[in-house]
Formats: sequence, structure tokens, C-alpha cells
Amino acid sequence: MNQSAFAHALLDAARPVPDGLVAWNGSRVDLRFAVYRNNVVASLTDALTDAYPVVQRLVGATFFRAMAHEWLVDHPPRSPVLAQYGEGFAAFIAGFAPAASVPYLSDVARLEWAYVQSFHAADATPLAPAALAPALAAPELLPALRVALHPSVRTLASDYAIVSLWGAHQAERIDALPDPNRAEAALLLRPALLVHVVAIDAGTHALVCALQRGAPLGEAAQAGADADTGFDLMQALAVLIRYQAFREIRP
Amino acid sequence: MRVQTSPRSIDHTAAADELPRRAGVGLKPEHFTGILARAPDLGFFEVHAENYLVAGGPFHHYLGRIRERHALSVHGVGLSIGAEGPLDRAHLDALAALLARYRPQQFSEHLAWSTHAGTFLNDLLPLPYTGATLRRVCTHIDEVQDRLGRRMLLENPATYLEFSESTYGEPEFITEVVRRTGCGLLLDVNNVFVSCTNHGHDPYACLAALPLDAVGEIHLAGHACEHDAAGDPLLIDSHDRAVADAVWTLYAQALELTGAQPTLIEWDGNVPPWTTLLAEARRAEAVLRAVAPTAWHEEHVA
Repeated sequence: MNQSAFAHALLDAARPVPDGLVAWNGSRVDLRFAVYRNNVVASLTDALTDAYPVVQRLVGATFFRAMAHEWLVDHPPRSPVLAQYGEGFAAFIAGFAPAASVPYLSDVARLEWAYVQSFHAADATPLAPAALAPALAAPELLPALRVALHPSVRTLASDYAIVSLWGAHQAERIDALPDPNRAEAALLLRPALLVHVVAIDAGTHALVCALQRGAPLGEAAQAGADADTGFDLMQALAVLIRYQAFREIRP
Repeated sequence: MRVQTSPRSIDHTAAADELPRRAGVGLKPEHFTGILARAPDLGFFEVHAENYLVAGGPFHHYLGRIRERHALSVHGVGLSIGAEGPLDRAHLDALAALLARYRPQQFSEHLAWSTHAGTFLNDLLPLPYTGATLRRVCTHIDEVQDRLGRRMLLENPATYLEFSESTYGEPEFITEVVRRTGCGLLLDVNNVFVSCTNHGHDPYACLAALPLDAVGEIHLAGHACEHDAAGDPLLIDSHDRAVADAVWTLYAQALELTGAQPTLIEWDGNVPPWTTLLAEARRAEAVLRAVAPTAWHEEHVA
């Protein structure tokens, strides 16, 4: 038996079953091989369902499984750690014509992928809010401050109300969907055991992205102001402090 | 530099810290907080190694706290010991780090392959039993035991197909692997039943032909019943329901041959409420008590 032929036939049902397979009673081996095919596809589909539960709720289980199947046969995992499986699914959804009637689906998928990353990210003790007080008391020193964010921090911005849509689908019953056609940015982080998913304005989003790139606070604040004329640095910092987004500050 | 350990130098005698010869259950995230709240009287918990190969977060938090109170078995599902290609060294390193962190009493993996040319297929795929596959499996197990610095248990597979090129029966193949590598056997009684039914063999004869003196743990799980194209039963190792009565019977027969063994209830799909899982474990403990009342008493009271 050649494992290459076996592996390819598992993911491509159009391929013939590999040579050299036998059943004790002489029965058709393709029906037995189908058990393996089904195990592979069903288990990988389940892995995507675990990573993208809101996407599944938005389109229904039948549609989701068909869409997942289209993607996974060309993108099987490259690692046995399935917590890391599913990167790239959002990009596929963006170009998946049958899902075009749900234009925000791909961005909700990006949010769910960020959630998985934040959930499994490295642990770190967040900076105590009190440790920030001296820095905030001397505004002239703020621009040069370097801020390390908590390793679980993830952000994304969308033309759609992804945080509101995601939030509405955390409830068991959904009474009314939020208006999707409103731009929202998301901050995700897990200071302890729970992942927080927080709607932030465009300026705060730009600030956090700049900090993630390693920019000093002054430069990051400028990025915030460039993205949003109404940007208020103190208000943005208050949100980040409240959700324990900082790990360390250095002058 | 890593310490080289030849299979012969691995201590095959009972380690001071081994799994209790009682029942355990697979640890599922939906039961984390309940287990910590109730501290159930169970022999051990078992986790799939790959679920914990993440940087941080709740999985590590809860496993760490549960490990403080309970014995642990780490069960790999992604090493692909039967693969034609080389073992994934980075994955093996990650497993070594996981074992160093949680210090489980047991580590086990499967007689199967799941990765080909860098693609992980997420299923335990079958191997022909030939001289060539025997040498390859033994080389890989030597490598695992060297890198991890410990003896591993190898689980007998559930399979749906056989290969015309096979020159060994499964029990003979496993016996030879155990003999050459010094690894132990994770006797999956459900897999014996499933494979024997699927291939027209007598489960009790298969069981008796396995290297039972090397058993270090037993697995029990539920299976689904389907039929092949000839109308004969084709059992699917689904792990999504209660253990079948025929498997309980085979388990009792297995214990007569092996003596009491740490016994895991595997229930990975349609995960039931905690009380249902616990009831399955209690049923296994009743069988364990019946077969080895003295050993049971010593373990339980100690």
C-alpha cells in the first residue's frame, strides 16, 4: 500500500480507492474505504464548526458544512494541533459566491478566528491599573512611553457591525439582529480565563495596531488621531486599562 | 544535547508513580469546573495530547489544577507512528515539553498513521502488517521512547479494511513490536471487538493472542453498528455513546487474563452529562473489583 494514494483518495472522492485493500468476506472495499473518507471530512468539518460557531448560526448547519467541505478538501491541516486549524477560512468565505448574500459573514469569521487565537494565547499577568497612574500623571512623558500589550490582544476592523452581530449570537435565542451595515472595530483579549470581545472606535483600533507594531505611545496616538478626527487618547487608554490590555510599560 | 536512552535501558518494572488500577475518564472541557468543584473519586483522567499543545489559556489552567488532585494519562493522537515518512520532530519536542509540564503517569499513542507529506488527516489510518511496516513502526517507537525518555504504550487499532500484502496477523504484529521495542500495550477492548467483527475474526482468540503481559492500560468506548456491502456488520469506532454489552463481556474476559488494569472510558462525541460518564466508570470499577478484589482493596484503601 502506498500512503500517498491512500491520503489523496481520502480527500478527493473522485479518485479510485487505493489498490491492495481487501475485506474478509469479499465485499466491496470502496464502501469500507468510505468510512475513512467520512471520518476525515466529518472530523475536520467538526473542527471548523468548533472554531466558527457564529458563522454556522448565521448560515445554518447544512450550508456551513457544505461550505466547510469545499474549503477543507483543498486546505487540510498542516499540523495535528487542531486548535490552530481554520486559518484562511474567512478569506475563502469572502470569495464564496453562494454566501454573497451575507456580506458580513467573512468578517464575522475573522472575528471568530481572532477569538480562538486569543483564547489559546500565552498567559501573562496584566499590568495592575495602579502601575499606570504615575505615567498618566505626567502627560509630558506619555509620548515616549513604550507599551507592551497582553499576548492575548487581537484587533480587527470591519465595514460591518461584527461585534454587535457576534454578541447577538452568544444568546440562545435571538430576538432581533442588529443593523449589520455599521462599521465596527473589535478588541479581543483574555487577561485571565475569559475572552473579552469589545467594540472600539476606529481611533482606538489604530492606536492598538500601532502599539502592536512596537510604536511608542506618541506615535500610536498620532495614528489614532489620523484614523479618527474625534480621537481622545485618554478615553482610549481608559478602555484599554479597564480591560487589562497592558502587560508592561517602559519610559 | 539530549540524553540517549536505548529501549533496553528503559525501566520496564512498575514505576513508583503509575496509574491506579481503577477506572478513569477522558477529560472534556465541558466538565472542567464540575470536576474541580466535586473532586470525584476516580482513578485518573486522560487527555488527548494535541488539545493541550497551545501556548496558554483555560485548557492549561484547568488541566494544571485537575492534575494537582488526580492521576493523569496523556494520549497522543497525532504522532503518526505508522507513517511512511519520518516522525515530526517538532511535534515530538512539543509532546516532550507537555509531558515535562504535567508529569503524567502514562503516555500512549496509536498503531496507525495520520500524517502524510505534511498533511494531517485527523483519522487513525490502517497499516499493512508486513516486515517493512514492522521495521518502520519499531524505528519510530524507538525514536519516541528515546526522545521522551520513557516507555510508551501502543494502542491496537480499530480498522475497517485489511491489506492483501499483510503477512502478519494483527496480534502477531503487535507482539513483535512489543518484543522489539519494549513498549507496552494499551489494550483497547472496544477496538479488538470492532476490528474482529469487521474482519471476521473471533474477538476472544484475538485478545488471547495479544501480548497481554505488556498491557499497561485498557480503553473502553462505544461503537456504532452499520453493515458492509455483503450485509455483514461493520462496526464504527465512534466514541459517541455508551460501551456496548458485548464489549463489557469481552472486558471482563480480558481482565481475567491481564488482572486489574487502569481502565479508561472514552466518550469523545455527543459528550454526555458528567453523571452518565461517571456511571460508566463505576460500571468498569465493578468489573475491576470482581476480577481482582484484593488488588482493588489495596489500591482503593491506599
